[in-house]
Amino acid sequence: MNTPLNNPSNDAPGGDTTAHPEVLTPREPTPVAASGSDMALPPARGNSDLRGQTPEDMDVPDDALLVVRGLKKYFPIRRGFFSRHVGDVKAVDGVSFFMRRGETLGLVGESGCGKTSAGRAILRMEEPTAGSVRFDGQDVLSLDRDNLRRLRRRAQYVFQDPYSSLNPRMTVGDTLREVLTVHRLASGAAVDARVGQLLEVVGLRAEHALRYPHEFSGGPRQRIGIARALAVEPELIICDEPVSALDVSVQAQVINLLRDLQDEFGLTYLFIAHDLSVVEHISDRVAVMYLGRIVEIADSRVLYSNPLMPYTQALLSAVPVAEPGRKHNRIVLQGDVPSPANPPSGCPFHPRCPHPLKDADCARIVPPLADKGGGHFAACIKVPLGSGGARGVPPTA
Amino acid sequence: MISYFLRRLLGSIPLLLGILTLIFFIINIAPGDPTARYFNPNISPEVIAQMRTNLGLDQPIHIRYFKWLGSFAQGDFGYSFGQLRPISEILPTVLWNTLQLMIVAVVMIFILGMLIGIVQAVRQYSVVDNVLTFFALFFYSMPSFWLALMLILIFSLKASQWGWPIQFPASQMTSVGYEFFSTGERITDRFMHMILPALALGVGGAAGIARYMRGSMLEVIHQDYIRTARAKGLSERIVIFKHALRNALIPIVTLLGLYLPILLSGSVLVETIFAWPGMGRLIVDAIFQRDYPLVMATSFIAAGLVVVGNLVADVLYAVVDPRIRTE
Amino acid sequence: MVHSSGDVEFAVPEPVSAPLPAAGVVTRAPVTPAQYILSALLPGSAQIARGEWVGGMLLAFSWAIMLSVTFLARGRIAGVFTAGRMPIDGLVAVVTLVLSLVTIWGWAMYDLKVRARRPRRRFGDSQWTIAARQFRRNKLAIAGLVVMIVLYLMTLLTPLLAPYDPTAQGDIVLTRYLSPSFQHLMGTDKFGRDIFSRVLYGARISLSIGFIAVGLGVVLGALIGSVAGYFGKWTDTVLMRFTDMMLSFPRVILLIVIIALFEPTIWLVVTVLGLTGWMSVARIVRGEVLTLREREFVQAAKVLGMSDARIIWRHIIPNTLAPVIVYATLGIGNTILVEASLSFLGLGVQPPTPSWGNMINDGRDSLITAWWISTFPGLAIVLTVVAFNLLGDGLRDALDPRLRT
Repeated sequence: MNTPLNNPSNDAPGGDTTAHPEVLTPREPTPVAASGSDMALPPARGNSDLRGQTPEDMDVPDDALLVVRGLKKYFPIRRGFFSRHVGDVKAVDGVSFFMRRGETLGLVGESGCGKTSAGRAILRMEEPTAGSVRFDGQDVLSLDRDNLRRLRRRAQYVFQDPYSSLNPRMTVGDTLREVLTVHRLASGAAVDARVGQLLEVVGLRAEHALRYPHEFSGGPRQRIGIARALAVEPELIICDEPVSALDVSVQAQVINLLRDLQDEFGLTYLFIAHDLSVVEHISDRVAVMYLGRIVEIADSRVLYSNPLMPYTQALLSAVPVAEPGRKHNRIVLQGDVPSPANPPSGCPFHPRCPHPLKDADCARIVPPLADKGGGHFAACIKVPLGSGGARGVPPTA
Repeated sequence: MISYFLRRLLGSIPLLLGILTLIFFIINIAPGDPTARYFNPNISPEVIAQMRTNLGLDQPIHIRYFKWLGSFAQGDFGYSFGQLRPISEILPTVLWNTLQLMIVAVVMIFILGMLIGIVQAVRQYSVVDNVLTFFALFFYSMPSFWLALMLILIFSLKASQWGWPIQFPASQMTSVGYEFFSTGERITDRFMHMILPALALGVGGAAGIARYMRGSMLEVIHQDYIRTARAKGLSERIVIFKHALRNALIPIVTLLGLYLPILLSGSVLVETIFAWPGMGRLIVDAIFQRDYPLVMATSFIAAGLVVVGNLVADVLYAVVDPRIRTE
Repeated sequence: MVHSSGDVEFAVPEPVSAPLPAAGVVTRAPVTPAQYILSALLPGSAQIARGEWVGGMLLAFSWAIMLSVTFLARGRIAGVFTAGRMPIDGLVAVVTLVLSLVTIWGWAMYDLKVRARRPRRRFGDSQWTIAARQFRRNKLAIAGLVVMIVLYLMTLLTPLLAPYDPTAQGDIVLTRYLSPSFQHLMGTDKFGRDIFSRVLYGARISLSIGFIAVGLGVVLGALIGSVAGYFGKWTDTVLMRFTDMMLSFPRVILLIVIIALFEPTIWLVVTVLGLTGWMSVARIVRGEVLTLREREFVQAAKVLGMSDARIIWRHIIPNTLAPVIVYATLGIGNTILVEASLSFLGLGVQPPTPSWGNMINDGRDSLITAWWISTFPGLAIVLTVVAFNLLGDGLRDALDPRLRT
C-alpha cells in the first residue's frame, strides 16, 4: 500500500477525535483553504501527514459487539500454463468498522464493491486474507472448528436469493428441525413446538412446516430463511441483500419484519444492500463501500442529509423521489467501475469523481477514512474538516 | 487456440503413462506362467530357466517395468510368443484392417444417424417419427454380435439358400483368388466383404446418434433465430441444413471421439465372428493363447487410440464452437 | 394479496391465514360390507364395482395370472416340499408366489379400507411425488416398468415356470435340433435341451448380474464423484485424472484381458463389471456436486455449523440421486449387453449354465440349420434391454431438472 497509514502511535497531538458516532459534538469550524492542500488540515497524528483513521487508530467502545480492523480478502488471479499467481482481485481492501449491540449498520455500494465478500469474510465463510475480526472480544479468525461452531450460534447469516437458499427436497419443518437438532436446542416433542413458534414469529403459520419451499413465493421463502437464522438465537445477523430479489411491494414487509424482530430479540444487524432507499429505513448508521474500501460512514440521518463524498452524493441522487414535479439533480458518474484487480492509483474513485477541486493529488494520495466532524467519516482529501455532521438536524443525546 | 490444443496434448501424456502402468501391472499380477505352454516332460528345467532369462522374466518387477517402458517408447513393442515374430511387424497391417472397418462404420453411423435424427426432429410426433424411434430403440438395445450373426444368417447363408441376387460373404476380408482380381474387382470385393461387419458395428451407434440428433435438433429448431430465418423467407431446406444443423451438430461432434472406445469394443466381437483380421480379433486370439507381450501391446494401442480420439474430439469441438477457443 | 395455491402473502405484522389449496380434493363414496366380501373373493372386483376401472382391472388381472401359475405349477410346488433336500431356488419361487398373492389381496383390501376414506391431499408435494406424477403420464415408460417387474418376477418364479430342466439332455437322436413347436416353444439345441427353459434360466443369471454389478458401480461412482466434487482442488484433480484414465480403456477389452488372466467365475465377472462401470456415474455426480456446492442452501448449512459429513449425506446426495437413478437403470441394460458379450466369448458364464450370451455362441455352428438356437436368446436380450431403456428414459424425463425450485 502506498500510503503512510501504518501509524503505530496512538497519542494524538491535536484535536479531539472521538469516534463515537452518535455523539454529534459541534466543532469549531477550522479555516478551510481553497485548494485541498495539507495546510488546511490540523496537525497530523504520528507520522501521517494526513488526518486519518487507521485501523489502529479507530477508537472502539468497550462494549462493541463486532470490531473489524483492516479486513482484506484478495482472490488470486492465475494465468498462463502453470497457473502462476499474477495478481489479485482485491475484493475487500482494508475495511474497518465496529458495531454496538442492538444497532443496525447498513453497508451499501454498487455490485462488485466487495460488500458481500466483507460480510462473508467476517463470519469466515470465506477465509480473510488479512485483518482481524473480534466478536464480543473473541478473535474470530483464530477460532478452531469447535469454537467456530459455537460462534455460529451467536452470529448468523441471511442469504440473498430465496430461490436457492432452501433445500428443495426438505420441507420447511425439516430445515428448521435440522438446525435445532444439530445445535441441541430442543429435543423430542419440543422440537416441533419450537419450529411452530419460529414460523409464527416470522409471520407464517405453524402448519406451513409441512410444505416444500417450491410451494412458496419469494417473500415467504425469505421469511423462512430468516426463521432459520433465528433458530439458533443469535445476537448478530448479517443480512446479505435480503430483499434484493423480492418484489418492491414485498420488500417493505420483510424490512418491517426485520425491524420488529430486532426490537423483540435485541438483535444486531449488518445490513448489506445496494439500494440506499432500502437501507435508510432500517439502519442506525450507514457505511458506503467502493472498490473494497469504506469511503464514508456516518449516522443514517446525517449521511442522507449531508453526504460528503462525491460518490455518496451520486448514489443518493439516483434514488427516485416520490414527488412529481420536484426538480431532481441527477449526478451521473462518468465511466465504469474499475476492476478490483487493478484499482486506480491514489483515490480509487478519482477517475470518475466530479468534485470541482479534483487535482493531481487525488491520483497520488490514497485518502484515509478521516473524521470530518461529528463522527462523520469520509475518505476524501478534498472534503474539508468540519463539514461533517448533521446539517440542520439537532444532535441526539 | 494453439495453447488450448497444446495443453490438451500435454495432458494426454500422463494419461498414456497411467494406462501403460495399469496394463503392465494387470498382466503381471495374473497367475500363470508364459513359459507354461512349453512345459513338456522332455524338456529339462535348465532349458525352462534359460527361456525365462531370455524373456527377462527372472528380473524383479520394477526393473522389468522400466525396461518395458523404455522399449515401448522406442517403438519396440516386443516379441509375440504366439506368432513368433516381432510385434512391430504384426501391428501395422492389423491396425489398418481394423481402421478400414471403423472408418466405414463411423461414416455410416454419422450420416445415417444424422439423417434419421433430422427427419425425426423435422417431423416430430408424426408416424415416421414414432416408427423411427421404435427402430432406433430396437437396434440400440441389440448386442452387436447377435446382430452380426443375424446379418450373416439372412444376407449370407439364407440368401444363398433362397437364391437371392446379392449374397454377401460371411467371413474374411477377401475372397479366394483375390490376387488375380483387377483393381475394380478388388474394390468391389473388399466392399462386399466390409458391408456386413460395418453394419453390425455401426447400426447400434447410428441408433444412438439418431436419438441424440433428434433431441439436439429439436432444441435448436424451437429457438427464435430459426423462426427469424423462416420469417425471412428462406426455404425450409436452407433453414434446416444451414442454420439449425450447424448448431445442433455441436454436441454431436464431441460424440465422435467418445464413440471410439465403443467401436473398439464392438470390433472385438464383430471381427471374431467375421474372421476379419483386425486388431479386435488379434487381441482375443492373443489372450486365449496367453501371448502376453502381444496383449500388452495391443491393449496399449487400443487405449492410445481412444486418447487420440478424445483429443481429436476436443479439437473438433473447439473448431465448431468458437466459444471454447477463448478459454 | 392472497394468491393461488400454496402462496402465502401476508400483511405484516398481522399474519393472515393462508387458504388451503382447493384443487384436487376428492372425496370418495363410503365402502359397503358387500364390497369387502367381493374383494376377499376376487381382489379388484370391489374396485370395479366402485367404478375405479383401471385399478380394479390391474388387480384382477394380476390375481388371475398368479393363480394360474399356482395351478399350472402345482405339481412342481408339491415337488419342492417333498424332495429329499429342499431346493433353495424352488423354495424362493414358492415364497415369491405366496408373497405376490398375499400382496395383491392385501393391497386390494387396504385400498378399500384406508385409501377410500381419505380425501386426496394436495399439500406437501415433494419433488419425488411430482416426478412420480410426471412418470405416470409416460405410457412407454410404464410399459418398460411393467416388463421389468415381470422379468424379475419370472426370474424368481423360474423353477415353477420352466417346462424342462435347462441342463437335461434329451435323447440324442430324437430330441436334438428340433425346430420350435408346441412341445418346445423355442426348439432344442444340439444336446436336446429345451431352449425356452434355458432362456428363462438365463434370464436369472443376466438380470442378477446386471443388478449387482450396476449396484456396485453406482455406489462406487457416487462415492468417488461426491468426494471429488465436494473437496475439490487436489482431491478432485487426482480422482478425475484416474477416472479419465479408466474411461480411456474400451470396456470390453479391459474386461476380457482381466477375466482371461484369472479364472472366469461369476463372482469375478460381477466384480470386474462393477469395477469398470463406475466412471460415468462418478462424472455425473461430481458435476452435480460442484453445482450444488455453490448453491446457497449448502452454504447456509455450512454457516449454520453443520459438519461436512452431514452436509454431504443430507443435502448433497439427495439432490444428486435423480441422475444417478437414471444412469443406474440405463446401466443395467448396458451391463446385460456387456455380460452377454463376455459369455459369448467364453469369458463370462461358463457352460452348461445357461446365459443368453453363451447360448448364442452355442448356436453359431449350426446357424443355418438350427437358427432358433441363436435367435431366441438374442431376442430375449433385446426385449430386456429395450425395457430398461424405456424405463430409464421415462425416469430421465420425469426427474427433469426443471422440476427444481
